Amino acid sequence: MNLVTDVAVVGGGPSGLTAAAGLAAAGLRVLVLDREREAGGIPRHSDHTGYGLRDLRTVMTGPAYARLLANRALEAGAQVRTSAMVTGWATATGGDGMHALDVTTPEGRLRVDARAVVLATGARERPRTARMVPGDRPPGVLTTGQLQNVVHLHHGRVGTRAVVVGAELVSWSAVLTLREAGCRTVLMTSEHARAESYAAFSVPGRALLRVPVATSTRVVRIGGRDAVESVEVEDLRTGERRTVPCDTVVFTGDWVPDHELARAAGLAMDPGSRSPVVDNTLATSRPGVFAVGNLVHPVDTADVAALDGRHVVRHVLAYVTGRSGTPGSGTTGSGTGRRPGIPLRAEAPFRWVSPGLVRPGAGAPPRHRILLWPDEHRAVARVVVTQDGREIARRTLPWPVSPGRVFRVPSSLLSGADPRGGPITISLG
Amino acid sequence: MSGEVSRSGPLPDGTVDVAVVGGGVVGAAVARELAGRQSSDGRALSVALVEARSDVGDGTSKANTAILHTGFDATPGTLESRLVRRGYELLGGYAERAGIPVERTGALLVAWTGEELAALAGLADKAVKNGYRECEIVGADEVYRLVPALGPGALGGLTVPGESIICPWTTTLAFATEALSRGAAVLLNTRVKGVEHDGDGETVLVTNRGPLRARWVVNAAGLGSDRVDRMFGHERFTVTPRRGELLVFDKMARPLANRIVLPVPSSRGKGVLISPTIYGNVMLGPTAEDLRDRADTSTSEEGFAFLVDKGLTLMPALMKEDVTASYAGLRAATEHGDYQVHLDAAQRYLVLGGIRSTGLTSSMALAEHAAGLLAEAGLVTSVREDPPGPPRMPNIGEAFPRPYMCDDLIAGDPAYGTVVCFCERVTAGEIRDALASPLPPADIDGLRRRTRAMMGRCQGFFCGAEIGRRLALTKESR
Ligand SMILES: Cc1cc2nc3c(=O)[nH]c(=O)nc-3n(C[C@H](O)[C@H](O)[C@H](O)COP(=O)(O)OP(=O)(O)OC[C@H]3O[C@@H](n4cnc5c(N)ncnc54)[C@H](O)[C@@H]3O)c2cc1C
Ligand SMILES: Cc1cc2nc3c(=O)[nH]c(=O)nc-3n(C[C@H](O)[C@H](O)[C@H](O)COP(=O)(O)OP(=O)(O)OC[C@H]3O[C@@H](n4cnc5c(N)ncnc54)[C@H](O)[C@@H]3O)c2cc1C
Repeated sequence: MNLVTDVAVVGGGPSGLTAAAGLAAAGLRVLVLDREREAGGIPRHSDHTGYGLRDLRTVMTGPAYARLLANRALEAGAQVRTSAMVTGWATATGGDGMHALDVTTPEGRLRVDARAVVLATGARERPRTARMVPGDRPPGVLTTGQLQNVVHLHHGRVGTRAVVVGAELVSWSAVLTLREAGCRTVLMTSEHARAESYAAFSVPGRALLRVPVATSTRVVRIGGRDAVESVEVEDLRTGERRTVPCDTVVFTGDWVPDHELARAAGLAMDPGSRSPVVDNTLATSRPGVFAVGNLVHPVDTADVAALDGRHVVRHVLAYVTGRSGTPGSGTTGSGTGRRPGIPLRAEAPFRWVSPGLVRPGAGAPPRHRILLWPDEHRAVARVVVTQDGREIARRTLPWPVSPGRVFRVPSSLLSGADPRGGPITISLG
Repeated sequence: MSGEVSRSGPLPDGTVDVAVVGGGVVGAAVARELAGRQSSDGRALSVALVEARSDVGDGTSKANTAILHTGFDATPGTLESRLVRRGYELLGGYAERAGIPVERTGALLVAWTGEELAALAGLADKAVKNGYRECEIVGADEVYRLVPALGPGALGGLTVPGESIICPWTTTLAFATEALSRGAAVLLNTRVKGVEHDGDGETVLVTNRGPLRARWVVNAAGLGSDRVDRMFGHERFTVTPRRGELLVFDKMARPLANRIVLPVPSSRGKGVLISPTIYGNVMLGPTAEDLRDRADTSTSEEGFAFLVDKGLTLMPALMKEDVTASYAGLRAATEHGDYQVHLDAAQRYLVLGGIRSTGLTSSMALAEHAAGLLAEAGLVTSVREDPPGPPRMPNIGEAFPRPYMCDDLIAGDPAYGTVVCFCERVTAGEIRDALASPLPPADIDGLRRRTRAMMGRCQGFFCGAEIGRRLALTKESR
C-alpha cells in the first residue's frame, strides 16, 4: 500500500507527537509512525511524576503525559499509526525532493511518500553487552527501560536485591521502580567521583530510599550461571575489588540514540553523541529531513524533547511550503540561498554539543539553548567560546557541570560569532 | 509416526535400537541419520536423542564462529580433513533443502608479517592436499580491494572463495526436528550418569530421569564425551575445555566485513578472525584459553582486552561500533590431533568425541560415517523407503526475506506484520510459530535461537518484557 503525506514523523514520543500536533495545526497532512502498540514513547512506562514542566507548565506522570500528547496530536488532525515500524528508506518516486519510507504494519507493508520527514526515534540505554562487562550471562540483568516495561506495563516481577549501575536521574527512576516491585537496591555505583545526579535528586527523596552510592566505582564482573548471584565492583581510586551479593542488576543511563534510520539515510553524524548532526533549525544534512528529541541529544528530559518538536514546526513548514524561496530559513536545498553552517565543537570535558551546526540568520536553536554533555563534574562553570583563535564570549553560569545531565548554555553566547568565520568551540576556562 | 519431545517425567519404556548421548549438532545429525534407516526386517530404527540440557544445541554448538569450512587448512590425511570436506558438501546441500541460511561470502587470509606472508604458499599447497583447489595468493592491493576497512600493514593474502557462513542454531534444530519427524524421541533434561550392561547385550543408560535401555549407544557428548567413554570402561582421551570468547558488533558494522577475514595460523597459535554473521552483524574472535571447568562459558576481562587490542589493529573502524553481544564457547580439545572416533563392536558402542573446532561443518559427514561404522559392527540397516524429508525451517538469516518484509505473508496473517522485537525485526507470528513448533524452546535463550528475538542492540530495553510475557503465557497453557 502506498501513502502520500506532507510530513512523515518517525517516532511518536514526546518530540514526535509535539511536532506532529504543531504541523497538523498549521494545516499540513501529517502521519506519525510508531512501532509500539501505543504512542507516547518512553513516558508510557515511566510511571512516576516529573513530566511536562517546561512544555506544558504543569507536572504529571509519564503515562498521563504520553496520553495527553498523543491526544493533542490527534485533535490537531495528525494521523497516528501505531504498530507501524519504519524499517528503512525506499527509493522516492514521487518527484523531486520527495522522501519514501518502508513501513511494516499488521495491515501490510506500507510505503510512505512524504515531502519532509521528522526523525524522532529517541534514545535507549546501553545494555550490559555494549558496556562490555564480562562474566556469566544469567537472566536478571536489565536496563531501566526493560525494568519499567516489566513492572509498569506487564506487572511482572524482578528479584529482591538489586545493584543499580549508574547514578543519573534515570537511575533513581530505576530505584523507584524496583522499590515498587518489592526489590531493594543494595548498591548504586557511579564511575564518577561525584554521583551524577545526587545533588539534583531531592535530599528527602534520597533519605527515604536510603540507597548506598559507591562513587568512583565500576562493575567488573557479573557472577551466577543460572541466575544472578553477585557483581564484582572495583574502586577506581584504589583498584580494590569486592563482591556484592544480589539477584538483579540494572544498567542505567549511558545513552545511545536510536540512529539506525539516520545512518541508513547517510546523514552526517556526530561522533560524540552518535546522533545526526542538526543545525539550529533541527535540519539534518539531507534537505527535508529533520531530527528532534533524544535522537539529537541523548538524553534530556521529555519536556525539552517536546519543545524540539515545537521548534521544528516553523522550519518544516517553511521547507514544505516554500522549498526554494525562503532565503535564510536555512532549510532549503543546498545551493538555493542556503548559507553554509558554522560547525560547533565542544572540548573536554564535554563529549558532544547540540546543535552541531549554526546557520547564521536561521534564528535561535530550541529554547535559545546549546546543549552539551559533560563527562566530568565542575562546581563552577566558566564557559569560553572561541572562533578562529578569537575569544567571542566568556561567562560563568550559575549552574554546575554535572556528568549524566545535559549542560545548557544560552545561545546568546554565540552572537559575537563571525558568520563567515570558521568553527566555533565551546570549552571550560 | 512422529517422535516426541520430553523434558520431564519418566523415560519411555522398552528398548530403543540406538541411544545417541548428546544433543549437540553432532548428536542431532546422528539421530537424524539413523532415524532415516531401517533394519534388515524393514522396521524403522527406533532412536532416542538424550540431552542433559533443556534444549538441543545448547552447548558448544550454539557458541562458535559459525563458519562452514572448506577444510582447506585441515591436517591432510586426518579423519577430520576428510569429514570436514564431505560435511561441507552435505551440509551445504541440506541447508538449501531445509532453509538453513548460508551465505557464500568467501574468506581472505591476511598476512601481517613477513613470516606470515612466507607461510601463504605452504597453506595453498596444503589446501590442495586437502582437496581444495580454489585458493589464490594475492598482493596487498587486492587485499585492500577485497576488504577496504582493514587496518594498515597487510602484506598480502590468500583467498578461500568457498568458506561460508551458516546459522548454527537452525542447523541443530533442523536435524533434531527431522529426527523427530522420522520417529526419534528427543529426551531433554536427561543426563547420562552411568552405564550398566545386562546379559542380553543391551545397555542400560542410568540417567537422572531413570534408566533407558538401548541396543546400541552412540556417544556424541561433546565436552562430556571422555566421561561417557569412561563409563564404558575406556581410557582413550581426555577433554580439555578450550575457551573461545567472541565479540559481536552492531549491524551497522556489517558493510565493513563482507567476507571472512582469517588470520594466518602460526607458531604462536591460531589467531583471531573477523567474520560477518548470518544475522547481519560482524564477529571478532575467538580467543583460545585452556580451562578446567567444563561449564565455564563466562567471558573475561583479559579476553575482552585481548580482542579489543586485536580489533584495533585488524580493523580500527569496527571498534567504533557498539558491541551487541559477547559470548564464549568451549572447544572439546583433547591430547590427540584428530577426532576421537572409536567403535567397540562387542559393547555395541561408538564414540564421536574430541570434535574440537570443525564439528558444525562435519556434522552430517560424521553421521554418515557413524552409520557406516555401526553397519560394519552388525547394525545392518538400509535407508528407509520414504523417510519424511527435511523440515522447512523458518529463515532467520539477514540476507534472505524475513516475514516482516513479505506483504503476501502479512496479508494472510497480520501477526507477521506485527513487529515485536524491533532491533531484529522479529514478528509476533514468528514467535508464536516457534512456541508452537515440534521442538519448542524452554526459555528466552531457546526462543532467541529460533527467532533472533532479543539478540539485537537493545538487548530487551524495548521488547524484553513483551517477549517474556509471550513465553510465560505459552508455558502456562502447556
Ligand atoms: C526510566 C526513565 C525515566 C525518565 N524520567 C523522566 C522524567 O521524570 N521527566 C522527564 O522529563 N523525562 C524523563 N525521562 C526522559 C524522557 O522519557 C525522554 O526524554 C523522552 O521520552 C524523549 O522523547 P523522544 O520523543 O525524543 O523519544 P522517545 O520517548 O524515546 O520516543 C521515541 C519513539 O520512537 C519510536 N520509534 C523509534 N524507532 C522507530 C521506527 N523505526 N519506527 C517507528 N517508530 C519508531 C519508539 O517506539 C518511541 O515511541 C525518563 C527516561 C527514562 C528512560
Ligand atoms: C569458539 C569456537 C568456534 C568454533 N567455530 C567453528 C566453526 O566456525 N565451524 C565449525 O564447523 N565448527 C566450529 N567450532 C566447533 C563446533 O562448534 C563443535 O565442533 C561442535 O559444536 C561440536 O558439537 P558436538 O555435538 O560434538 O558438541 P556439543 O554441542 O557440545 O554437544 C554435546 C552435548 O552433549 C551433552 N552432554 C554432555 N554430557 C552429557 C551426558 N552425560 N548426558 C547427556 N548429555 C550430555 C551436552 O549438554 C551437549 O549439549 C567452534 C567451536 C568453538 C568453541
